[in-house]
Amino acid sequence: MKSKTIKTLRLLGLGFIEPLIRLIGGEEQQKNLRLFFKQALLPLISILLFILIWHGGARALYNSEASARIEKARVEQGEAAAKEMESCIASGDISCQPNTLPSPVQVYHAYIALWKDHLEISRKKEEFRDKVAETNEQRAEQGLSEITYTGRPSFLDQIGTSLKTVAAGFLLAMFIAVPIGIIIGLSDSLRTSFNWLIQIFKPVSPVVWLLLVFMVVKTMITDPSMDKSFIISFISVGLCAMWATLVNTSMGVSNVDKDYINVAKVLKLNIGQNIFKIILPASLPLIFTGLRITVSVAWMVLIAIELLAQSPGLGSFVWEEFQNGANDSNAKIIVAMFVIGIIGFLLDRIMLSVQSFMTFNKTTA
Amino acid sequence: MTLLELKGVSKSFGTGSSKIDVLSDINLKVEDGEFLAIVGFSGSGKTTLINLINGLLFPDEGEVLLHGKPVTGPGPDRGVIFQNYSLLPWLSVYSNIKLAVDEVFPKLSKKEREQHIRKYIEMVNLTPAIDKKPLELSGGMRQRVSVARALAMNPEILLMDEPLSALDALTRGTLQEEIIKIWSVDKKTAVLITNDVDEGILMADRIVPLTPGPNATMGPEFKVGFERPRDVTEINQDPVYKRLRNDILEYLMDVGATRRQVSDRKYILPDIQPVMPGRIRFGRKRKEEQVKYF
Repeated sequence: MKSKTIKTLRLLGLGFIEPLIRLIGGEEQQKNLRLFFKQALLPLISILLFILIWHGGARALYNSEASARIEKARVEQGEAAAKEMESCIASGDISCQPNTLPSPVQVYHAYIALWKDHLEISRKKEEFRDKVAETNEQRAEQGLSEITYTGRPSFLDQIGTSLKTVAAGFLLAMFIAVPIGIIIGLSDSLRTSFNWLIQIFKPVSPVVWLLLVFMVVKTMITDPSMDKSFIISFISVGLCAMWATLVNTSMGVSNVDKDYINVAKVLKLNIGQNIFKIILPASLPLIFTGLRITVSVAWMVLIAIELLAQSPGLGSFVWEEFQNGANDSNAKIIVAMFVIGIIGFLLDRIMLSVQSFMTFNKTTA
Repeated sequence: MTLLELKGVSKSFGTGSSKIDVLSDINLKVEDGEFLAIVGFSGSGKTTLINLINGLLFPDEGEVLLHGKPVTGPGPDRGVIFQNYSLLPWLSVYSNIKLAVDEVFPKLSKKEREQHIRKYIEMVNLTPAIDKKPLELSGGMRQRVSVARALAMNPEILLMDEPLSALDALTRGTLQEEIIKIWSVDKKTAVLITNDVDEGILMADRIVPLTPGPNATMGPEFKVGFERPRDVTEINQDPVYKRLRNDILEYLMDVGATRRQVSDRKYILPDIQPVMPGRIRFGRKRKEEQVKYF
């Protein structure tokens, strides 16, 4: 049971909990205590330290902004206005709060606010659905499309949209890059002929890809019912992120161990069998490394692309909050930052688990 | 009847000044049902020779004839046991052999094929490990899988490229016996490449030494006339064995000694001074304490 738990944890990339489990099981207490301290407590301490420094920094920025405001009031409107400003800031009134880097506490409050907002919106959606249920049934009978909720999306909805975009972009990248990578990898001359193109396109910025995709999609899709911004953003994400997989796949395919190729030759496998029975399995580790990079790149460029493409999602959330300039906008942006980071980390972990599950050289197990 | 013949075969790698003539003017005849061993130093081109026979390489000069026809490429009629096993690590023992069997016997029914695979796994005593992956097996077990795979193809000639050289002495001894036992069932033609003279004498009917490369060629052949089945301890005490072994070794040593030095290049080794613990000081180093690397 215990060893099974440990195995699952390792597969999930949560190996740092392992010493704790062994410790509870009473196994080599001293060694596991030390390991637990090293693998779990030290990172925790560093996170706390980070929050502390952040808090201190935010405090200092807040103070300097506050004194700048008071000084400004004094210079422009005289002593009485300065006094008023000072008391206004001290009272915590929203109208005169210094707008600067939010402190950890503010970010936490913003997180709670976003969560409440989500619950509120879900409730509204539910109500709306109940209200239009009957009408929708009638419309369905008449062959008309449903009436759907078109209100403001909540933060969680935005996360969902972003994940959907990344998933679509990732699948696009995979279905383009893996087959092309295999074809390029199989032939030396194809590889050299495509190499220049790949090297030139690889470092192109996501923004440029977006504009390029925009140019093409704008003319190609004329149907107004299609979600153009979603199509543009997922294609751009795919195009930005596919290069790592393309390069890794072609490298993996072209560098298959000579022994395996010899086996294929001795057995006189035909080209299809050679690809599916020898070359593909042998290059799977590298292909998955490429796909893992692709996922993280896709998630990273997604924010910038959504921001520009006006496609709903975390990127546009960040941009709207920035434009909004409400009192807690900055804190919400920081919340989004952490959410982006944590989701990116989880995606990477998922890919790592899939990779170690799919490939034959079990270095991690 | 001559099954395999090499006529004046030469092979070199590279071009221009970096051209290395690995094999030159190799002449060899292998009779049907014969067990031939080719012994030679490492680096003398043994693997190149076996690759010429199995068709992975082609000779620059001369020809390799199988049944009197030139070899045009690799094929399952020549089963190869590679030096480094060459098993596919993502397939189980069963699937590794199945890959070969499916390819060579496409006409057999599914059930017949399965029986065939299981028979050969049984032959090399690997039935308990049938579903294991090669990485979960020991070196000796992996080589047995390789043997089973080569035999399951039912080849006309079995080519073994130093099959046992990566194994420890004990495992090697057992596997030698097992290979001989399996071979003696249907007496297939076999070519064994080895760097171990004892192994050659124990297993083969005839031993041909390969002179050290570059420009390696075949030495005089030595017949091994011991009755089969051979017993290691019995043979070891046989004076004939001792004389034969000495003859072959002496021949190899002689040609080895005359091998002239290929290069006059001198390698200057780094002048490394040991650093005693506790003597490393931070800050400015005194001149005599500086560690010289080159």
